[in-house]
Amino acid sequence: MTNSVQLIAEKLIIERGGRTILNDVSFTAGAGATLLLTGANGAGKTTLLRALGGFLPLTGGTIRVTPADDETPRAELIHTVGHSNAVKVHLTVRENVMFWSRFLGGSVAAEDRTDRALGAFALRDLEDVPASYLSAGQRRRLGLARLLAAPRPIWLLDEPTVSLDAASTERLARVIDQHTATGGLVVAATHLPLGLNNTRELRLGVEGGRA
Amino acid sequence: MTRFWTLVRRDLTLAVREGGAIGTALGFFLLVVALMPLGLGPDLNLLARIASGILWIALLLSALLSLGRIFESDSDDGALEVMATSSLPLELVAAAKATAHWISTGIPLALLAPMLGLLLNLDIAAYPALIATMLAGTPAVSFIGAIGAALTLKARRGGLLLALVVLPLYIPTLIFGISAVSAVTLQTGAFVSSFLILIALSLGSLVLGPLAAAAALRIQMQ
Amino acid sequence: MQTLTQRLANPTRFMQLSGTLLPIVAGAASVAILYGLYLAFFVSPADYQQGETVRIMYIHVPSAWLAMMAYALVALSSFGLLVFRHPLADVSAKAAVPIGAAFTFLALFTGSLWGKPMWGTYWVWDARLTSVLVLFFLYLGLMALRSSLEDENLAAKLTAVLALVGVTLLPIIKFSVDWWNTLHQPSTGMTSTVDPSMRWPLLVMAIGFSLLFFALHMKAMRNEVLRRRVKALRLADVARRDAVAAE
Repeated sequence: MTNSVQLIAEKLIIERGGRTILNDVSFTAGAGATLLLTGANGAGKTTLLRALGGFLPLTGGTIRVTPADDETPRAELIHTVGHSNAVKVHLTVRENVMFWSRFLGGSVAAEDRTDRALGAFALRDLEDVPASYLSAGQRRRLGLARLLAAPRPIWLLDEPTVSLDAASTERLARVIDQHTATGGLVVAATHLPLGLNNTRELRLGVEGGRA
Repeated sequence: MTRFWTLVRRDLTLAVREGGAIGTALGFFLLVVALMPLGLGPDLNLLARIASGILWIALLLSALLSLGRIFESDSDDGALEVMATSSLPLELVAAAKATAHWISTGIPLALLAPMLGLLLNLDIAAYPALIATMLAGTPAVSFIGAIGAALTLKARRGGLLLALVVLPLYIPTLIFGISAVSAVTLQTGAFVSSFLILIALSLGSLVLGPLAAAAALRIQMQ
Repeated sequence: MQTLTQRLANPTRFMQLSGTLLPIVAGAASVAILYGLYLAFFVSPADYQQGETVRIMYIHVPSAWLAMMAYALVALSSFGLLVFRHPLADVSAKAAVPIGAAFTFLALFTGSLWGKPMWGTYWVWDARLTSVLVLFFLYLGLMALRSSLEDENLAAKLTAVLALVGVTLLPIIKFSVDWWNTLHQPSTGMTSTVDPSMRWPLLVMAIGFSLLFFALHMKAMRNEVLRRRVKALRLADVARRDAVAAE
């Protein structure tokens, strides 16, 4: 994993359908802490995360990752977990995670990464169950397990706690803390306090925000 | 390359577990072929003469039914966006999905065709040519079809639109597929040239299909 | 005091009863079919026109009968599901469809083998063959519709509606196919009578095939009941483990 990775956004302007959603947003997210995006509905949290993930074109401004690495494109340094879980109901829990660890790759053997991901999200007991049997919360955990299935330094999480119960939220917080403690970087949009160790907050308002 | 085959294997597993999709395409193939005599009359000589045309057209229509599936479910559940962030280029993602479609739909349809040839009184001597041309021509069906599937991913009434977009692109494959089979039934001796053109069309689509499909997917992910 | 259908409707009672009946029916089916095959191959005479190929009839005709009987059972079970909400009706309908499709396919396949020496080709668009082919399509449609719906309750009801639509349209389909066929070629007078020396083996085979059908159907229903129980247990298990993990 890249050490002391930084995600730098400068003067971001994003327009969607003729409406300016983000105007002049700048921040630097560094390793070792979680940047929490807060703000009212429609403040542009999801839009900002998608832009950081490279799924939205910027009207103005730049997004950089340092240290710059010409070998790996930015998209391959980033995990994005959005509203959908990318879970296939016809595969078992283990097959789902196994596919992503094989497909997204990494240096450690795919089996070990899968085991670790299943363990961290308390899915070991369910690994042979078809994903169609799972409840909404279990599916969410399965979607989040992708974070550990393939190692990537930057995590972009959009409302990761949706449908999670208190115990699962706590588990997610531990996973995030461990990631930031080992040099990772997390940007999360959430309404609920996660109970994380190191956090900074970026409040998005109608007139944009700064951190 | 392991990533490519990981994806192919996953799509095949899903196709088998979902089951219905392959079965529906095969059933549709059978039904379209069976409706032809009901429309044209049960004259076996007439049917034998037009059998290769009926089989090819029915095959294209059945394959068309299952094309939408190539990207749809991965687009719906967000998996496609995750795939776009992997080190496997989107072109190869599209190629892997088209390959899985060919194996799970193209090959079964090609293998069912001789059985349907019986219904149309197709000359037994033409069966090897029929299977060979269909196996050689169906990669073009899947790979060109992937372009249409990618283009119509977010469109309303995607299914009908897909037919409108893709069927004209199938015309060369249709023409040379039929002419190769007729060359055997009518003994005109032009089998080899038609067959080679058919293979060339398939090979060309192996390149063009993934490039165009990936471009269409990239535009829609923005 | 429960009525017979109410008692049978209970899946547990059904499992007990079918568990005892299944070996008996299966045994009787084997005996009848073996005896029927013996009669068909060694006792009944070869046809004076068709020669030995007439023996295909002993498989072909019972298969065709069962193809229709199975559809009648599917329609009846579907009716039971939609009107009486019988808990086993859907199990019965679901189990009967693939078996009926298999017998229909067997009838088409043996008919095609029989046709080769008679007509010189494996398939002619004869009115009767075409009708059986349409029946086969109806079976395929039922299977396709069920397999494409994730929600099993929804799939059961929609498939039942399709089965009933099919059974109402079948006579009309049969009529129109007959009409289509006579439009194109004068009736060939295929309705030949069966000689008494062939009637007895045919009857034995028909009984054997019917028993075989009931044995297969009962076994398939038992499998389906067990499959549903396993699924319910697994779902309960998943929910329980989740509750434990949450603590």
